[in-house]
This record gives sequence, structure tokens and C-alpha cells, in this order.
Amino acid sequence: MVNKVYVAGLGIISAIGRKPQECLDNIINLNHGVKPALFLNTIHKDSIPVAGVPYSNEQLRAMLPLDASRLYSRTSLLGMIAALDALTGSGIDTSVFRCGLVSATSVGGMDLTEEFYDTFYDDHTHGDIRMTSRHDCGDSTAIIADLCRSTHLISTISTACSSSANAIMYASRLISNGYADCMLAGGTDALTRFTLNGFNTLMILDKNHCKPFDAGRNGLNLGEGAAYIMLVSEKVLRESGIRLHAQVKGFANANDAYHQTASSPEGKGAFLAMQGAINMAGLKPQEISYINVHGTGTQNNDLSEGVAMKRIFGENPPPFSSTKPFTGHTLGAAGAIEAVLSVLAISKGIVYPNLNFSEPIPEIGISPETTFRQGLEIKNVLSNSFGFGGNNSTLIFSAV
Amino acid sequence: MKAYIKSSSSINPCGVFSSGELPAQIPFSYGDYLKCIEPDYKNYISPTMIRRMGRVVKMGVTAAIQCLKDAGVEQPAAIITGTGLGCIEDTENFLGQIIKNKEQFLPPTSFIQSTHNTIAGQIALLLACNAYNFTYVHRNLSFEHALLDALMKLEEEPGNGILLGGIDEITPASFTIMKRLGLYRKQNEEAGFSDGAVAGEGASFFYLSSDASGAQAAICDVAMLHKLTKKEDFRDFITGFLQRNNLKTDDVSLLLSGINSDKRYAESYECVHENYFSGIPIIPYKMYCGEYFTSSAFATWLAASVIKGQQMPLIPDTIKRQDFKAKHALIYNYFLDDHALILVSEC
Repeated sequence: MVNKVYVAGLGIISAIGRKPQECLDNIINLNHGVKPALFLNTIHKDSIPVAGVPYSNEQLRAMLPLDASRLYSRTSLLGMIAALDALTGSGIDTSVFRCGLVSATSVGGMDLTEEFYDTFYDDHTHGDIRMTSRHDCGDSTAIIADLCRSTHLISTISTACSSSANAIMYASRLISNGYADCMLAGGTDALTRFTLNGFNTLMILDKNHCKPFDAGRNGLNLGEGAAYIMLVSEKVLRESGIRLHAQVKGFANANDAYHQTASSPEGKGAFLAMQGAINMAGLKPQEISYINVHGTGTQNNDLSEGVAMKRIFGENPPPFSSTKPFTGHTLGAAGAIEAVLSVLAISKGIVYPNLNFSEPIPEIGISPETTFRQGLEIKNVLSNSFGFGGNNSTLIFSAV
Repeated sequence: MKAYIKSSSSINPCGVFSSGELPAQIPFSYGDYLKCIEPDYKNYISPTMIRRMGRVVKMGVTAAIQCLKDAGVEQPAAIITGTGLGCIEDTENFLGQIIKNKEQFLPPTSFIQSTHNTIAGQIALLLACNAYNFTYVHRNLSFEHALLDALMKLEEEPGNGILLGGIDEITPASFTIMKRLGLYRKQNEEAGFSDGAVAGEGASFFYLSSDASGAQAAICDVAMLHKLTKKEDFRDFITGFLQRNNLKTDDVSLLLSGINSDKRYAESYECVHENYFSGIPIIPYKMYCGEYFTSSAFATWLAASVIKGQQMPLIPDTIKRQDFKAKHALIYNYFLDDHALILVSEC
């Protein structure tokens, strides 16, 4: 990297918490967020558990300074809450810097669009047309940018489940290459019938609580939420005297080029992403203190990811775990939610537990951490996010 | 760092084009909007893959294949795309299936193909390309961000070639929605400017390199502005952009303007034309491609073709043709709240 990039603020809203500390408290107490959907109107309500954010849209609206007459998608409500937290938490006066926003989402305002479509489908002259104006991926970004007064460079990325890891990557490069001084980066996705049914047709949802990296794993649990981190340059650090959480040390994106939805058995894309990030960070594999794996709990992902991990880290990889049994798989928000957890792992010396694990996958024989540990020396955390279209991303955060 | 265009391709309402070709006529379409003239995809993609691909994916993949073929390249070092609305047709299909089948027994194909990065993902799959693969989805700035990413990549890794593309499709249902939102209007309803823009679609791709040899043109710079609040900001935006490229408005040989047929936008555009570019040839490029979120990719392709051949496409009246020398082509596009500038110059 040309110039260093640091993390100066965190914001998160997920099934296990409204703020970072609440999420940590629930993790320590092994309280996960996977249960029957509270607000999603679906016939699968009682048969497919999800990790929903336990607030209605009205309750989310009440947490924000919003125009009462305006329509907001659930995706943008979640995004605004987390982004505003990251901004205010950083303590930076962004008006004196070139500050922007890179947000990610997989389905944007689809929560409103699908409701509109119920009426529109039979008659194209029907349906409240305002509901469609929140559909496109850029809408939630523009709304978050308005709230956070980010004016400099505003962008949206959508690469399925690696989206917000990629948002953090792009924002870091914009700062490193001198195009921006500070950037809010992250992602948001709300639960929708579209994605729930989509994943259900692929038969990769677990009807029970997911078991990442376990021999008996059965699929993933969908979740929703949002997370953003405030990224800053050294110049902002010097001129603002702010507290730093971590440094963005390395990252990489690679394509598996194997199948639209499945990962290659040898985990080629995963391997290239992890190796690329480690090389960029100038680290040796054994210097990684903890890995937050993508670990969705599907037969395919966990095996593929595990094979790739062994290729890089050998028979005894560093402590690793999937936090998706807590938060669910939050699609476009996953990379950012796990980035926040990774940064907290550094600042608090944490290794997270991987719930529901009892037996390693026979083909790889590696076991994740199963207990919560704190106060460790966690210097470098590697976080994976892998998406459809073979999109594989790895981020590395380091202690400052 | 300049990005040299080694090759480019475009599928748009005027036809299917390789590097340096120009539209020979204004597009004509019987329907409500300008629709792409599509190639025979069998010449580019295997029947098994075609079967599963939505229309926008076929257009994007084909334009990408043509572009790489022209450049004589098998594997780019990065694949970066921009799309404002992604794979609408597959999204609509899956939504419709959910409703019709009441969330039961749904076929997965449309869902699988609906993610925004399907186009970039399918290109990688076809090429067995493990390289960096990103998709930007920010409305009118989707292509601009893909381009900025590509420019940064060339700075970070000079010597590597990048495949860059901008793709969007239009469907009858999405057109109806945009029309009801007041953004689009039917193209054959009335001539001239009125409420709503004539809609279009297209896929345009570029193979970029930091090496100028054999290149058709250079993309020098890109700038974006969100939510203009003060007139002075706009002046700074245009003059600042030109200044950092060592240019004044007089140095612009040609303006590719995103003026569309919406009279509310036309007013703003005409102000810009008059205040900054009076006396400079202007191509209202959306008359070829229609209004859509990645139309600036089409404009970039058109600019590169004009510069390569030093020839203008067929435009009635507005441009003087004798002593025309295309050295610097400036693209200015504005839709919803976003303004963008792209500078394409001779090598």
C-alpha cells in the first residue's frame, strides 16, 4: 500500500446487538440470534430459522433523525444506524477532510420492492410506485451519505456475499492512493422473501441452527444487519488526534472461476485471496493470530475454505472460527460485520467461539475454536468473505 | 496514470461494434425505448451456457469476449464492471415465481443469475480467470467507479491489462416502473423535449493498459460530483477537472453530452453547454444509446472511436466538420443527483 490506512470508528447492528459491546456481551454469553423470523412475512416463518435484527422498521426509524414523511427501505434504516455510529464514534470532523462512503448491499431496497411486486405483478398500473424508488443498490448508499454528510466520493459495491469486504477494500485503496482522507466503508442487507426463497431453492439453508466446519453441517442460516468502519489516512490521524482501533494491513480479491454458486473443491479462489492478502500485509502465515472464516455451514463452502486454509497454514492453522452461528449469514453486510468483530478481536484480545461444533470435517481434520477467550495477544486477524460468482475476498487487520 | 484503450467493443441500439467503429445511423426502434441490436450469441458463447444466461449477461459477456479478442488477450489481470440495475430480467422472473408459486417449488436459475456481479462472474468463468473481479452498482456513477478502480489498479500494478465494462439492460416492466416514477417516457410519444427521458440500454467494454503502443485513445481522468448545492461548486468541478489535466475549456475538441430528452434536464445541460462549451462541437450521445445508468460507458466507447478514426458519427446540424481535429473529448453526464466527467484523449 502506498499510504497506511487505519480504522478509527465502528458501527454495527445485527441479530446479536445494536452496538459493538452488546454484540460482544451476547457472544460471551453464547446468546445467538438465530430463531423464527419476527418481521418477515413468509410462509417459511416457522420452518426456516433466521438471524433477524430484533427491531421493527418503526423502531429502527425511531433511532434516527428522519423525515417522517419519507419512505425508507429496511436495508437503508439498518445501514444508517450503523454508519452513523461509526462516524460519531470516530470523533472526526469530516467537514475538514475529503470524506466519502463506500457501501455494499446484495439486494438493496428489495424489502419494499417485493411488497410492491405483490400488487404490480397482476396489474402494472397498480402498486405504490414510491416503493420502487428505494430498489436499486445505490439508494441506501445515497441515503446513508446524506445522513453522514459524506460528500466526497460515494459508491456502492455488489458482489454477493463478499460485497462489504470489497467495499472496505475499495475505500482503503481510495485513501491509500490519495483520492480521499477518510471513508466510511461497510454494508447492509435486510432479510427479504427474495433471498430467503432464493437460498431455499438452492437447498443450502439449514432448517436448524447452522454448524460451520462440522462434519454434520447442513447449510447456512440467513441473517440481516449492517456494519461500517471509519477508515482514515495518517494525515487525518495526525491532525485529529483520534483513537485508533486497528490498521488495515492487507487485502486481496480473487475469482474462483469454477461455478456461479459453488466453490471449487480445491478452494482456488479462497487460496488466492488469502495468500494475496498475507503477501500484501508482508506477513508470514504463522503471524496470523486468528482467522474469522467465511464459514457459512454449507457442505461446499466449509470444505473448500478448509482445504485452502490448510494449503496456506498447514495441518495446524491459527485459531479460527465462524461467527455466523451468532449473526447468521448477512450477505452484503457479512464482510463488514465480520470486519467489526475482527477489529474488536484485536483491541480486546478475543478469539470467538464457533458454536455447534463437535466433529471436524473428515477430509480436512481441522477444528475451530469452541470457547470464548479474551485478553490474548491478537496482533493480526484474517477475515474471509466469499460470494456467488466466485468472488473471494480476504481482509487482514493488525494491531497498531 | 492514463489508461490506454487497446481495444473496445459495444452492443447498443445502433448495433454491435468493435474497436474504432462508429454508428452509421440514428437508432430506430418500434418499441417504447431504444433496445440493443443483439448479435448471434452462438458465435461467442456455447449453447449450454447461453441457455442459462439472462439477456444482460449475454450482452456483457459477448462485448467482453469481442473486446479481448480485438486486443489479442486471453486473460486480463482484472475484470471490473459497473451496472446500475444489474440483472433485472432474472430479478423480475424470480419475484414473479415467488408470487405465482406462493414461495413453493421455485426453480433456482433466475435467483442464481440475479446477483449484480453475475456478468463479471460469468466472464471470469468463461475465461477461467482467477483475477480481481469487482462490480460497482452506484446508479449513474457505476461505470465511473469501475473506471476509477481501473485507473488506480494501473497505478498500483503497471504492466497489467484490465478489462473494464459498463452494462445495463431494460425490460418492459422496469421501463413501466421508471415511467411511472416520471423518469422515462415512451420514445415515440412525441418528438423533442418533454417530461421523462427516452430510455435505452447497452454493454460497452474496454481493454486498458498503461502501455500506449497500438492504443486507440487514452482515458486520462474521471471525476464525480454528488448533489450539487451551489453553482460555484459546479464551476469548480468542471474547471478544476480540466485544470488538473492541464486543459482549459477551449482545449476541449468535443463534448459528449448526456443531455437527454427530458426537458427538466435539458435546461441544466443547455446552461452547461452555453456557459462552458459554446462553440465546441457537441454530440448528444444519448440519442444513440438512450438514458440508462451506465450510458457513460457507451459515451467512452464512442469518444474512443471518434478519436481513433478522427471522424464524427452521423449527427445532424450541430457539428462543423471541416478542420475538425479530435484531440480531447470530454464526456459530461448528469442524471438523478450525480454528475460525472470523463476525459478521453489522443494517445
